[in-house]
Amino acid sequence: MEELSILIGGKAGDGIRQAGQTLARLLNRMGYRIFFYDDYPSLIRGGHNFSIIRASKKKILAHKEKVDLIVALNQDAVEKHRHRLNSGGVILYDSKKVEAQGVGIDFMGLVKELEGAPIMRNTAALGALAKVLNIDWPLLERVITDTIEKEVDLNLKIAHSAYNQVEKTCFSVPNLSQKMLPLVSGNEAIALGAVQAGLNMYIAYPMTPASAILHYLAEHEDDLGVVTIHPESEIGVALMALGAAYAGAKAMVGTSGGGFALMTEALSLSGQGEFPIVFVVSQRPGPSTGVPTYTMQGDLSFVIHSGHGEFAKLVLAPGDAEEAFYLTGLAMNLAWKFQIPCFVLSDKHLSESIFSFDADPDKVKPEDPLLWDGKGEYKRYLDTLNGISPLAFPGNPAAVVKATSYEHDEYGITTEESEQIARMQKKRLRKKKTMEDELARYEQVKVYGDPESKTVLLCWGSTKGACIEVAEELGLKVVQPLVLEPLPITPLREVLSDADKIIDVEVNATGQLAKHLSGHGICIDDMILRFDARPFTVDVLLEKVKEVLS
Amino acid sequence: MTTVKELGTYAQNTWCPGCGNFSILNSIRKVLVDLEEEGLDLNKLVLASGIGCHAKIVDYIKVNSFYSIHGRVPPPITGIKLANPDLTVIGHAGDGDAYGEGIEHLIFSAKRNIDVTFIVHNNQVYGLTTGQFTPTSPAGFKGRSTPGGSPEEPLNPIDLMLSAGATFVARGFSGKPKHLQFLMKAAVKHQGFAFIDVLQPCFTFYNTYDFYNKRVYDLTDEAHDASDRKAALVRACEWSYGEGERIPIGIFYQVRRSTYDEKLLAGRIPIYLKPGNIKSVLEKHT
Repeated sequence: MEELSILIGGKAGDGIRQAGQTLARLLNRMGYRIFFYDDYPSLIRGGHNFSIIRASKKKILAHKEKVDLIVALNQDAVEKHRHRLNSGGVILYDSKKVEAQGVGIDFMGLVKELEGAPIMRNTAALGALAKVLNIDWPLLERVITDTIEKEVDLNLKIAHSAYNQVEKTCFSVPNLSQKMLPLVSGNEAIALGAVQAGLNMYIAYPMTPASAILHYLAEHEDDLGVVTIHPESEIGVALMALGAAYAGAKAMVGTSGGGFALMTEALSLSGQGEFPIVFVVSQRPGPSTGVPTYTMQGDLSFVIHSGHGEFAKLVLAPGDAEEAFYLTGLAMNLAWKFQIPCFVLSDKHLSESIFSFDADPDKVKPEDPLLWDGKGEYKRYLDTLNGISPLAFPGNPAAVVKATSYEHDEYGITTEESEQIARMQKKRLRKKKTMEDELARYEQVKVYGDPESKTVLLCWGSTKGACIEVAEELGLKVVQPLVLEPLPITPLREVLSDADKIIDVEVNATGQLAKHLSGHGICIDDMILRFDARPFTVDVLLEKVKEVLS
Repeated sequence: MTTVKELGTYAQNTWCPGCGNFSILNSIRKVLVDLEEEGLDLNKLVLASGIGCHAKIVDYIKVNSFYSIHGRVPPPITGIKLANPDLTVIGHAGDGDAYGEGIEHLIFSAKRNIDVTFIVHNNQVYGLTTGQFTPTSPAGFKGRSTPGGSPEEPLNPIDLMLSAGATFVARGFSGKPKHLQFLMKAAVKHQGFAFIDVLQPCFTFYNTYDFYNKRVYDLTDEAHDASDRKAALVRACEWSYGEGERIPIGIFYQVRRSTYDEKLLAGRIPIYLKPGNIKSVLEKHT
């Protein structure tokens, strides 16, 4: 079996994500590469939740609209998703609660009989599913034992009973001999990348879809050597982080568009005061509250242009968990190298999806910033050739460290003198050139698919996964800038120079990357935009691209 | 040892002649010198300020400083203290930024009991923006944004800080510098969130010098028990920043409660933390 997609659906509170993750772990341990998509409305009970677990022999970074199996814990899961079933597909359902054709098992009855809690229907479904997939019981037994925290024995009993009630298997899912990889969400990868680059403090106010970074780091504080803080507001968050950076702590903050709107005041302060800081902005559909638990790439223009005044910033846009890990590490190191704000621009689709994670942790290391050598009198804003002033921190017995939001002289004392003002503006903006030179050492633009193809799918961030598979299917080239500000214009021109047709693929309504590129003289021929708060799936995008090409 | 003079900088002082800020500046310099004699390492001291006339104070003192933005003194000083709890941190703010733009941060600082000192230069008027009413201006205050008189009642920050959980709540008067220095010293030494509202005349836009001089009295002259929260609330409400005959100054309330930094950090010092082993964490992801 090359690949398999399974949808698990029910209402909020049915434990859909939990069941999906356990299934993902099971298939992962069998050597499959996983992409896990989670779809849920902004509520705690009721509504309709579903997860799609796609397992493949080869690395995948996206899910498909079509699935091979639907596990239905309620009727909605059948009604809303029946159309997704591939030919030969099967519905596994809770027979007393759901009307459907396929494999019906009385999950509820079985849970009651074994005196389990109603939520354990999800365990029953997993048991039955393993049998439908012809997976040996001990494999599932092991995963349940490792995954479920409460009442393991009871869950095992329920799963085993459901496993035994399935009379015939419908698929054959063999073990693969590939090495098992960790399963990591985009948010977890962001957290781990920051930790590897020396994160000391993570400060955040809860906001979907960035909250899981805070949860993950808070849960693993001691293992990861990080202090996490949940302050009063996003305004407090960003300003606290600047204070921490001033004192010498590597700090990162995370939020979504609405929260970042509140942080833009602090962003400009980090520009003026030259405080290193990493902002994670995980986008969701706006404007305003928008659609809190769904996805959009609608804040690219906002983030690139955010903050009043003119100052250098770096915006990195990872498209999968591995890039999220590497680029967050890079953001942290470059924030400190250049004493600027650096952004990791994610979205719900990257942040909350789960990937087989094949990054090399040793490739990210904390890099020392330029520190003051202790000679002479310390000047926090020393005017240097590359614009970077050596850092000292309060507590240094030889330095008086004066940081400020005002325009200032080299020492950090307020100035309103015209010469001084122009000199400091130039000094700070000089860092942009220094940073561009440094960035040239890194891979700033990625190319996938057929590099010789004259038709290019241009994308950024989480849209990458679907684009790659479509390009491989149709023999096209994919171009994905990882750095969005300052735009890597030379490498972009290089990879786009012989393109006859550039198709911009974005999950927003106006084509913000296309607009950004047009400002630099790169013109797009076609746009495929999706803005219904859902990500592109491979098969939907394939049809769209075919339409554009026909 | 540093002298008061050595704590000065080359920055030209631009406060109006007669400004109450001079007294606060001289007092804090004097207090810093005294504290250094008592063992405080001035290299481990950070001053912060917001935006407004008060905020220039950090330009006039040769110590580490964080010149923040309007209303946003509490968050950076919280971040500084949490990043390196060995530092002694003193925030200065105006009544506009402490009680207006940034009041949420002030309330949370008191609620958390972060171990920093917070000194409000309260002149009941926006000076640097040339004379508008502030959250503590008396009702009917005629300013440039309220020519017909302020329609709002003033906020009582002493009452507010007591309610929010501050563990050191005091009021000073810039016209009584010796007393102010006593308060500042006690505040810096206090473990926990130490709040001082300093009544300060603005010679240009709201000269309250005579008003205060006639009305202030020292709480220590009246057998006030600063460990008694109820008594503190009664004294706090004796004057509510409008009319009134008697204005208490001194320490309204002081109590030792474990601080935010003690509880949150539990002995950790973030600037010295080393990254953990993510490989062992990743093993749990299979």
